[in-house]
Amino acid sequence: MQEAILRQQIEHACMAGTALNIVGGNSKAWYGREITGETLNVGEYTGITSYQPTELVITAKAGTKLSDITSALDEHKQRLPFDPPCFGETATLGGTVACGFSGPRRPYAGSCRDFVLGCRMINGKGEVGSFGGEVMKNVAGFDISRLMTGSLGTLGLMLEISLKVLPHRQSEQTVMLEGDFSDAIHAMNHWAGSTLPVTAMAADGSQIYFRICGTASSVEKSVKQIGGHLYDDGLQLWKDIREHQLPFFDDERPLWRISVPSDAPFQIMEDMHEHDWFIGWGGAQRWLKSELPAELIFAAAKHAGGHATLFRGGDRAGERFSPLSEGEMRLHKSLKQAFDPEGILNPGRMYRDL
Amino acid sequence: MLQNILCFLEVDVRKSILHAFYPMQRAQKDRLIQRLIDVLPQTSILASQEELKPYECDGLSVYRQVPALVVLPETVAQAQAVLQLCHAEKVEVVARGAGTGLSGGAMPLENAVVLSLAKFNHILNINKAGRTAVVEPGVRNLAISEAVSHLGLYYAPDPSSQIACTIGGNVAENSGGVHCLKYGLTVHNVLGLKILTMQGDLIELGGESLDTAGFDLLALMHGSEGLLGVIVEVTVKLLPRPELAQVVMAAFDDVEKAGQAVGDIIAAGIVPAGLEMMDRLAIQAAEAFAHAGYPTDAEAILLCEIDGTSESVSDFITAVEEVLKHAGATEMKTSASESERLQLWAGRKAAFPAVGRLAPDYYCMDGTIPKSALPTVLRQIALWSEEYGLPVANVFHAGDGNMHPLILYDANKPGELQRTEDFGARILELCVQSGGSITGEHGVGVEKLDSMCVQFGAKELQQFFAVKDAFDSERLLNPGKAVPTLHRCAELGRMHVHNGALPHPELERF
Repeated sequence: MQEAILRQQIEHACMAGTALNIVGGNSKAWYGREITGETLNVGEYTGITSYQPTELVITAKAGTKLSDITSALDEHKQRLPFDPPCFGETATLGGTVACGFSGPRRPYAGSCRDFVLGCRMINGKGEVGSFGGEVMKNVAGFDISRLMTGSLGTLGLMLEISLKVLPHRQSEQTVMLEGDFSDAIHAMNHWAGSTLPVTAMAADGSQIYFRICGTASSVEKSVKQIGGHLYDDGLQLWKDIREHQLPFFDDERPLWRISVPSDAPFQIMEDMHEHDWFIGWGGAQRWLKSELPAELIFAAAKHAGGHATLFRGGDRAGERFSPLSEGEMRLHKSLKQAFDPEGILNPGRMYRDL
Repeated sequence: MLQNILCFLEVDVRKSILHAFYPMQRAQKDRLIQRLIDVLPQTSILASQEELKPYECDGLSVYRQVPALVVLPETVAQAQAVLQLCHAEKVEVVARGAGTGLSGGAMPLENAVVLSLAKFNHILNINKAGRTAVVEPGVRNLAISEAVSHLGLYYAPDPSSQIACTIGGNVAENSGGVHCLKYGLTVHNVLGLKILTMQGDLIELGGESLDTAGFDLLALMHGSEGLLGVIVEVTVKLLPRPELAQVVMAAFDDVEKAGQAVGDIIAAGIVPAGLEMMDRLAIQAAEAFAHAGYPTDAEAILLCEIDGTSESVSDFITAVEEVLKHAGATEMKTSASESERLQLWAGRKAAFPAVGRLAPDYYCMDGTIPKSALPTVLRQIALWSEEYGLPVANVFHAGDGNMHPLILYDANKPGELQRTEDFGARILELCVQSGGSITGEHGVGVEKLDSMCVQFGAKELQQFFAVKDAFDSERLLNPGKAVPTLHRCAELGRMHVHNGALPHPELERF
């Protein structure tokens, strides 16, 4: 597939004022607000354009399947450090970066945007630009490639993305301790503040799970120090947490993602039922199954020092992300104007008025 | 006479011509001071030449300009009032931290008010359990680590000027340091900011949670060089201090072998906390200066530091030694104690002042390249060095491809500065051609404006201006820095050092 075709489609839409709905692998169509628009299909714009393992950098076209990227990295015992969820076999690199999704390793290794080094993109006027690059240290120009990360395709169409990668762990072990959510928040913050190489922590209300990665000897020492029981199939457990395959996530109710400081108390709203919650990211990411009104959950998350996202289910026409302050929204609108003056790229996917 | 001609011109043109010809009019300045007195203590306003002179430059002292006024607000409300006032009066504002930047990002403009954040120097909150600290922008980088060291925590980014540079400046420049490969840049270690826009709006971006709703404005602010907003509060992430750190020094009889060894370490699945390289001239200068124990007959040395739990350090140090031996190291030394570790680093950390003793002047470049391009780039620099008759000492943050070639010259010899600048220009162009960048960590400021034209095309530069305008449509905040206008493309950047005298000579440079 040619870049020129994508550019032409955007140029035409810009002239005609037609809204475009950017689609990669269509694996995350449920995320954000539902929008109507002519489909701009990036799924066929594929291929790893450069990957030299010793540079710790991979560059691929936006439509490249995430699974193709992980297998290419696996061959050289490397990985995407932010451990992105796929939510389906068709997930693409572009969609993952546009959503800014990161997995269980995020608090310890960094987020998707932390590892984005550069991108080539088309803005809403059909202009192609390259920002950032393929080197780890680069402070030339505004950091537009990180701004693109998580912007849900509302600022531009990413064509090609460069990411920093890291070597695989040498050894890994998962242990579990008994404890309720309050115990878990305390324990997870305690071990995050230690020098042990903990790379994932989660809690389901009765157990607290710790993943330790490193050299064999340091893993052995950490397991002893944390105590508890060894968990047999840690690999599967963390994959299930990342991909929302745990029984907890099998539920008809709307699923909320609440992002708060890792040490925020469990009780962040009235009337909380333990079985409606699952805590990941060492306390910083909390999943809630709830029919409560959005305003109430947004307010509780804000009060706890964070924000909330109606992640899956619920009203696709309403707002799904915590409301921005007046000042923030003003900057969002002027940035949208700076990249997509006709408002044709995924309009309304993030916020109704954006 | 000029005034008479001007009255026939369009208002906009007239304004810009007046602007170009005249410093701020006495009357306007007096009015501004009068209005500032309403919002600031009188001691927070500096207006006399003697008071303004110390602010004429930042760490890049070749570019100097005395500003119209300097203000030193003490509270966010005062800073906000200053911005509102300047916005209403259409007066340009340049924010300033400690002034240690190396690219002229905080250099004043003739008609501008310098907004110093020096009095914002308080640590507001330390959260031990959540491992975060909320600090004012004028707090020094190292002061954060010092304030939390009793908790076993530290703030990871360590730019070489860390004893003096401020966290607000670090955010504005997205500062790096020796440990970037493992611990990231400033952008990876900041969770939240409070900023003031040029209009004086106070906006919170992020906080203590790991992400925020909406666009990643927090990331965008990093490295924006004071063009988008004024930082008035920073929430940083704190890390547990590693149990142990050890460094291996390895010598090579060939620069390319050393370059290959860097790749071999990475290929072996090792992520060093620091991975530095020096070439022969840099080694000899550093050894003579710091007596670190480097073999002066080596063509290159590598310093590879590993940190973590004592078990993993011991495992990885063994692996590193194995790789380096295999890569052809002619000599190796592993630190057996903290004092040995510091001694091995002493030479590297003193490399800039050490090289400064070799010639009356040197010219420091700050380009980044893919690691695989290192041998080619080095060979080319060596060829040019002969062609220009100017020696070059090379020090690198090899792990992340950030090179600091130091060109030795004598500004007193006619034409030599020009030749040095030409040489430097070619090195930065070579960095871009090799797939790298014109600046890894020093920023663009005023220094590398022209080199920006080598790295970016018209469409990208226009997009940068569109982002600037989204925050500051009248371009009053640090205007003319970081992004060149489309028609300028000539000179290349440098860190000018005369007679070995660095700006802020008390600071380590690495």
